[in-house]
Amino acid sequence: MNILKAKFKIHGGVHPKYRKELARNEETKRLPLPKILRISTTQHLGAPSKPVVKKGDYVKKYQLLAEAAGFISAPVHSPAAGTIKDIVAGTGATGTPISEIILETNTTSDEDLVGVFPTNDWNTLSPETILNRVREAGVVGAGGAGFPTYVKLSPPPGKEIQTLIINGAECEPYLTADYRLMMEHPKCLVEGIQIICKVLNVQDAHIAIEDNKPEAIELLSKYIKDNGIENIKIATLPTFYPQGAEKQQIFAVTGKQVPSGGLPSEVGVLVENTGTTVAIYNAVVKDLPFIERTTTVSGYGIENPSNVIAPLGTPYQDLIDFCGGAKDGVKKIISGGPMMGFAQATTETTTTKTTSGLLLLTAKEISQYESAPCISCGRCIAACPMNLMPAELSQFCEAEDFESAAANRVMDCMECGCCAFSCPAHRPLVQHFRTAKAFLRAQPKK
Amino acid sequence: MIETVLAITCIGFGCSFALAIAAKFFEVKENPKIGEVNNLLPGANCGACGYAGCMDYAKAVVNDDAELNLCAPGGSDVTASLCEYLGKTAEAAEKQVAIVLCMGTDDVAKRRFEYNGIADCRSAQLVGGGDKACTYGCLGYGTCASVCPTNAIEMINGVAKVHPELCIACGKCISVCPRNLIKLVPAKSTVHILCSSKDKGPIVRKVCTSGCIGCTMCVRLTKEEESISMDGFLAKIDYTKEVQNKAIVEKCPPKCIIDTSNN
Repeated sequence: MNILKAKFKIHGGVHPKYRKELARNEETKRLPLPKILRISTTQHLGAPSKPVVKKGDYVKKYQLLAEAAGFISAPVHSPAAGTIKDIVAGTGATGTPISEIILETNTTSDEDLVGVFPTNDWNTLSPETILNRVREAGVVGAGGAGFPTYVKLSPPPGKEIQTLIINGAECEPYLTADYRLMMEHPKCLVEGIQIICKVLNVQDAHIAIEDNKPEAIELLSKYIKDNGIENIKIATLPTFYPQGAEKQQIFAVTGKQVPSGGLPSEVGVLVENTGTTVAIYNAVVKDLPFIERTTTVSGYGIENPSNVIAPLGTPYQDLIDFCGGAKDGVKKIISGGPMMGFAQATTETTTTKTTSGLLLLTAKEISQYESAPCISCGRCIAACPMNLMPAELSQFCEAEDFESAAANRVMDCMECGCCAFSCPAHRPLVQHFRTAKAFLRAQPKK
Repeated sequence: MIETVLAITCIGFGCSFALAIAAKFFEVKENPKIGEVNNLLPGANCGACGYAGCMDYAKAVVNDDAELNLCAPGGSDVTASLCEYLGKTAEAAEKQVAIVLCMGTDDVAKRRFEYNGIADCRSAQLVGGGDKACTYGCLGYGTCASVCPTNAIEMINGVAKVHPELCIACGKCISVCPRNLIKLVPAKSTVHILCSSKDKGPIVRKVCTSGCIGCTMCVRLTKEEESISMDGFLAKIDYTKEVQNKAIVEKCPPKCIIDTSNN
């Protein structure tokens, strides 16, 4: 029996309307190659990568466009063959300034590739070789943070990993990209898991899936059973937000609590996103760099909500056009999920390795509000999955008493939005905490 | 009844006695000079001197030989009286005032999106990089005005303006501005270029009709004085020199140069 029910219940969390049925049941579609791609050099956490191409260069598909700039960084490769038109300053999905490599794609000769892509038997490769492949392919956390995967898969000595959890929870409303990946590519996912187990020398792996995805649970558990795989189990988790948050997922599956300010490796656990795991498979087995990803285009404001696999650097407008265009009455466009995603002021922003969703939301899906003072109702405290007290913290932040906010653990806030979602006074709680965290991070270290 | 009154009176005397002894034995001997120096200071407790309030500066002046010209609100008057009291000499620091180098008010500068959040510039900057279309311009939510100890900053049509006659150059507005728009300039300088955008001219024009377009007209008109130079696409005044050719105010195409001497 390889399905277990997660034993440990997390404090807090909320139940937004998931609306997953919008883009759930159709196969992922492939976007026809856009004419222009604008590939950001900031696709990951850490130092932006350094371009190794210049204006006018002709590049082949999969060719290196920008190299990693330091230990915590990742390379970026060309999703298509074409000519570099320019390298300009642009704005990323979060509003921060980025550098973009503008590529005019050669849409006729998509077969102009760099290198040959054999299918490697990863069983014969050493962990070092595997890690090198993962690093050179530019694999980063596709779940949203974009942390360079090869760094994550190299825990420091003394912090060995005993348990691997693959995050198939996908707790954000609307998003179904990981679900489709599990349904359409179980082999790539399971082999990716086994590759990670080999690198980390781990015997205990779980795929954590929320119970609102029974088809994925059934399909994967059948695949595992049919292939006689012993070391991977499916952990079904109750559906709520933020079940997919790393620390919450670790607690739900193992009962271990990651210490405040600490990393999962401190309790011997590693969590990896499904998209990242498939990218690891591609990198190790097929030598393919990370050049495209599935994005869920959804919301009541898009004509045909669907999951679309698109190359990096695709303008959001191209995704919208491919899905039938925007309907009238779109009030908000969000990159990512509605709880932690970023509202967009333009559809010219392009996709990156971490763009999990593009949502076109109408008036009935968002709330227009006026913020009011805290009424001390306590709903935020009940909702906080990190066991913080958002009501008190927000009052400290309003009074600009950031030191007291720090003493009350504002740095532990993961900005999930459960508090702001629950607040009847519509207070901008997450924004208060982000302001406090930005202030505290800018202080000189004592 | 009389026993109660007597008992309490004795306790009262006992406590006063104990307090008097404690006051003598545990007295912290403070240099009386510190108190007197503190009286010479303006008492704004603004922190511009770099110390934690006027008393802290007074202690530093008496004990640690701190510079005597650090009090910005007090200016040359306070420097002179400190010198006189301590029998030292010090050169008075030049009076400075803060200025917001942006004039992109809501009638000339665009906003990229509707912002519904905390009315604070530092918080607004975290939301999509701020709702001002110009990534360098004043967001206008008044954080600088709210920290100013003398209420010298007024928000006019979405942009902060410092009233120089009220400014004590404490520097609090400078430290809170998330876009580093506010600078300390000599109070006697009257010509200012009110733009901080490093973008190229055509990009600036798209987002603000009052922004510096990098035409270099002002640089050329002040070539002899060498008082203005280009920092990329942005013209900058060298405040160590005096700008003599006031014609640049008229000639500047987007009219972002002002001369406050005729106010």
